[in-house]
Amino acid sequence: MKLNSFKLLLAAAFLSLAVAPAAYSAAEKEPNLDANVDVSDKVSLARGAKYYANFCMGCHSLEFSRYNRVATDLGLTEADIKPLIFTRDDDDNIHKPGALMVNALRTKDAIRWFGIAPPDLTVIARSRGGGDWLYSYFKGFYKDDSRPFGVNNLYFPNVGMPHVLQELQGLQQREVDADGNPTSTLTILEPGKLSVGEYDQVAKDLTNFLVYVGEPAQLHRTFYGILTLLFLLVLLVLSYLLKKEFWKDIH
Amino acid sequence: MSLLNWIDSRFPLTETWNKHIAEYYAPKNFNFFYFFGSLAMLCLVLQIVTGIFLTMHYKPDAEMAFASVEYIMRDVPGGWFIRYMHSTGASMFFIVIYLHMFRGLIYGSFKGPRELVWLIGMLIYLALMAEAFMGYLLPWGQMSFWGAQVIINLFNTIPYIGDVVSTTIRGDFVISDPTLNRFFAFHVVAVPLILVGLVFVHIVALHTVGSNNPDGVEIKKLKDEKGIPLDGIAFHPYYTVKDIVGVVVFLIVFFFIVFFMPEGGGYFIEHANFEPANALKTPEHIAPVWYFTPFYTVLRAVPDPWYGTLAMFAAIAVLFVLPWLDKNPIKSVRYRNKAHLINLAWFSVTFIVLGVLGVMAVTDGLKELGTRGTQIYFLFFAVTYVHSRPRQVNYLMWFVILLVSVLFWDLLRYDSSFTDNQSSLFWQMLLIPVAYLATTLLLPHFVGAANEEKEVPTRVTG
Repeated sequence: MKLNSFKLLLAAAFLSLAVAPAAYSAAEKEPNLDANVDVSDKVSLARGAKYYANFCMGCHSLEFSRYNRVATDLGLTEADIKPLIFTRDDDDNIHKPGALMVNALRTKDAIRWFGIAPPDLTVIARSRGGGDWLYSYFKGFYKDDSRPFGVNNLYFPNVGMPHVLQELQGLQQREVDADGNPTSTLTILEPGKLSVGEYDQVAKDLTNFLVYVGEPAQLHRTFYGILTLLFLLVLLVLSYLLKKEFWKDIH
Repeated sequence: MSLLNWIDSRFPLTETWNKHIAEYYAPKNFNFFYFFGSLAMLCLVLQIVTGIFLTMHYKPDAEMAFASVEYIMRDVPGGWFIRYMHSTGASMFFIVIYLHMFRGLIYGSFKGPRELVWLIGMLIYLALMAEAFMGYLLPWGQMSFWGAQVIINLFNTIPYIGDVVSTTIRGDFVISDPTLNRFFAFHVVAVPLILVGLVFVHIVALHTVGSNNPDGVEIKKLKDEKGIPLDGIAFHPYYTVKDIVGVVVFLIVFFFIVFFMPEGGGYFIEHANFEPANALKTPEHIAPVWYFTPFYTVLRAVPDPWYGTLAMFAAIAVLFVLPWLDKNPIKSVRYRNKAHLINLAWFSVTFIVLGVLGVMAVTDGLKELGTRGTQIYFLFFAVTYVHSRPRQVNYLMWFVILLVSVLFWDLLRYDSSFTDNQSSLFWQMLLIPVAYLATTLLLPHFVGAANEEKEVPTRVTG
């Protein structure tokens, strides 16, 4: 087989990928912290689910996910997950574990109270391209008296929500440099209930949980992937040998 | 085989099988690029089958569409697998189609007697783009919505009737439920029917004229006493067993993406599309899916929206007339002059650069690069025409004509309101079309070796 055309294609691809980004300068944006997301850490996921139910879910539903699915995926029983269910159905009975993870906040009320309906966060980790942004966001709140809730966020400038985890983390302040310009260093101003390390773990648990809940299938798909690829590799050998056998009389 | 006889006396089963498979003689020297025809058919089948399963759970309703996709991803057993096959399949289909078209370009497969094969293929490509565009609205995410918004608004720019046209496409004054419903109808019924029909015609036309090959040799010219081409081998079993290898390699790549990186790095499924469509919130950066981006850059390269739209459609339309632009009797790049090879290389690089630019936010430098890329994209077709008669043509004259047309375009777009940065980029990047024309037209004029064509062998090689 002549390789010229193949080389041409490769050269084209290589050249273009080299040329285009050279002329590209990204808009200035705070680079995300590294969350080291690990969705296989089920204990972390379960803690994350607990924190989510306690701190976030009052405003942010997970309306595409179901309690019992979360329980199954995290290795919990339905009894384990029941304490996380606070909402009721039309008959005023507490929701069953098979229910969607909605909340009691009505959109109309939310808009009246906050000016905007807090978004559902089932797929937030996917729309943000992974967990790093979420982790950064959880750690990015700092004191800013010009904002309605007294806080701003390094990774979500002029964020419209209060720092819900403030009782855990405490309040941070944004350091300024010698010229009085804000830097991206945040330091603790008023300590919270948790140490910095403990709070980092909370942020990580929440991140892990949200990454998981964005795509529950990710827990299993790699397993199927490995089986599929192993099968295909065997098939590749066999199909190649078959081809060779048939083609031996072609010159 | 009495059953076969029974069928054969009522339907030409054996005859059809022989005509298209068992006694269809294909050149024996197919290389890597010849896998992509059968792979394109595989993609079509994959998309149709996975699509049918998706429609069983998808709800084409603005209120429910986004949730129904998440329902498929979570609550439908194996739903995520079907959905990822469909989303990955869409991108893989375009990768395969682009390589298939590239093959036709470098080996001259579009030339006589295969002009109709090329034309039908281009119609398939057009239908495929419509299919992909309308399918992308269905998940009803932010990119679905705003991508459709951008494209449908292009029709708004048509003088006089633009409003009527875009309103007719949407079925409303804004993109809304009726738009989603009609796109669903087109995506799952109308366009697939057209696609399947066109693919059928594409293959019938191909089997009438016979396959081209990397040498561009017509194998039908030399036949043995039984009327079988000397360089031909039966499609079955030789190419069926060979294509199986190609299919397995393809599936390895395909399932690697499906299982290990289904978002394709944010290019196969865009991150922003995990946010439900919101007509009140314009994303800061609207990027179409990667397979449309070369044409999107062409659109953005022209400041006037109506002319930009025309340029974008012209960029596709000009591919249709390729068989009548390139009149060089030598088909394969292997035996054409070096200047033609350089021309093809420029075109390939330009196409990929335009594609990369299309997913990026516009800056001064990128905008200028996109404009220069657009110029090269269109110049390629003129230069291809010039290269039709490398011995007789007056390269110098064409160099001047094409350079003047570039400068004329630049004169039209050069604006006194350019900032210093913009005008310095303008002058720096003027080098790109000049270098392009110099390497494809001046080089063969001054360097004889770059203009030399090789003799096409009578039999295929390799």
